[in-house]
Amino acid sequence: MIEISHLTKRFDQFTAVDDLSFTVKEGEVLGFLGPNGAGKSTTMKVITGFLAATEGSVTIDGFDIAKNPIETKSLIGYLPEGAPSYGDMTTLEFLNFIAHVRGLSGAELTQKVDHVINEVDLRPVCHQTIETLSKGFKRRVGLAQAIMHDPKVLILDEPTDGLDPNQKQHVRQLIKNLATDKIVIISTHILEEVRAVCTRAIIINQGRIVADGTPAELEARSRYHQAVSIRLTSAFDLRTDLAGVVDIQDVEQSGEDALSYIILAKDGRPIFTEISELAQERNWPVAEFHVNRGQLEDVFRTVTQGAQ
Amino acid sequence: MANLGIIFRRELAGYFATPLAYIFIVIFLIMNGIFTFDMGGFYVRGQADLLPFFSFHPWLYLFMVPAVAMSLWADERKTGTIELLLTLPITLADAVLGKFLAAWVLTGLALALTFPLWITVNYLGDPDNGVIVAAYLGSWFMAGGFLSIGSCMSAATKNPVIAFILTVSICFLFVIMGSPIVLDAFPAWVPQFLVDAFAAMGFLTHFESISKGVLDIRDLLFFTVFILAWLLASAVVIEMKKGN
Repeated sequence: MIEISHLTKRFDQFTAVDDLSFTVKEGEVLGFLGPNGAGKSTTMKVITGFLAATEGSVTIDGFDIAKNPIETKSLIGYLPEGAPSYGDMTTLEFLNFIAHVRGLSGAELTQKVDHVINEVDLRPVCHQTIETLSKGFKRRVGLAQAIMHDPKVLILDEPTDGLDPNQKQHVRQLIKNLATDKIVIISTHILEEVRAVCTRAIIINQGRIVADGTPAELEARSRYHQAVSIRLTSAFDLRTDLAGVVDIQDVEQSGEDALSYIILAKDGRPIFTEISELAQERNWPVAEFHVNRGQLEDVFRTVTQGAQ
Repeated sequence: MANLGIIFRRELAGYFATPLAYIFIVIFLIMNGIFTFDMGGFYVRGQADLLPFFSFHPWLYLFMVPAVAMSLWADERKTGTIELLLTLPITLADAVLGKFLAAWVLTGLALALTFPLWITVNYLGDPDNGVIVAAYLGSWFMAGGFLSIGSCMSAATKNPVIAFILTVSICFLFVIMGSPIVLDAFPAWVPQFLVDAFAAMGFLTHFESISKGVLDIRDLLFFTVFILAWLLASAVVIEMKKGN
């Protein structure tokens, strides 16, 4: 378990992380969200022991990162932002170096290195120097070194940044597979990623937590939660028909198309059934009709801009 | 200690993975040749010793060693690998010492490859080989002194070129500190013990006696303490600067 308690990090006058407290348990995949400069990377740097906290503490399974740095760091696998690695080494040399530092040797080392190479698909570039690799491969080398020692805690700073959609899918699957008995914290600004892999999301803004919950809970905070999207085949006045429905908040035109509408529900109440019945009854010229779960983008904007 | 060894091996292999080590060694040997034979008058002197060879070393190191040291930490910070390195389960001391030792061994290797000169002088005459061994050792320790300054300067900036210029400047200061030109420039009211203390920090003061074969343990101790002090300063600077 990771316990972050009243963590504050100041650079001179600037407060990057401001009294942050949360805990993460085994099996959780925590998505760490926030606008650029919100303090995501700084928090990760403090958790991994790269930067010292100004105030507060980080403990992993009872080890305090400031008091027992070596023991704590052994529990963590970390992919720093931009996946830095030594460009003049080959993939295999680099992974061997990491394995040595992680205390592996002999047959175990060979087996582990071989395992991560298969896991993230690095076989074709084993003997190439890292500086000659594509962005996607570099990121995978970074992932490989992070999971080398089968760490308890995996901290990934923008793991899928710069990957193509197939690779993104692959990395997400990998994270999901790893997550069963681990703690995974990923920072990202791709919100669909949160929906795809995270069991919990924390949104931070200006160094403070502004939202914390499962992706579904966060989506429920959106004004589009339970909203009904509708596209018509010809012009039709919906608003008159909808005037009698009490649970409706508003009707918005959506997109470029003059025939598309979003019907917003009041306080997230389910309105789908009622509206579909109404549509049948009044013979709306419907081309498309579906219910929204809510938009994380919308919640993200609300909580990060509202705070300013 | 195990981690120190791992860092050391990676760094040393890193020098040889690129042409850097080879270029350094070749230029070091060529420059040594020029200094010893052309400017030092190795043959003209008609003496079987390596004094002309060693007496140019402070000036040779002044430009060669900062070139090796400049990327020690500047590159790590520039590429972000410092974040990877310092979140691995190693101590900062392992990293600072491992890197320093790798660079020091590289300069030692370049120095050792001047051995044909030693053979030559033995072929031509009957030199005091004890003096030569002492001078080699002293020269290597002096190179370590230059390197430790370079390590600290490299930690202070992301830009290797700035690190190079800073290192050369500071090394130059330490080389000339003990020379009469600098000491004579002190006004008369400065107490003698201060001038002496200042002079004692100079590389030339310590190296001149070593290159003549007087291997005083105090001179080696000076360089050892000097190296450790600058490495400690490196660690402090890394700790301060790594966040930005």
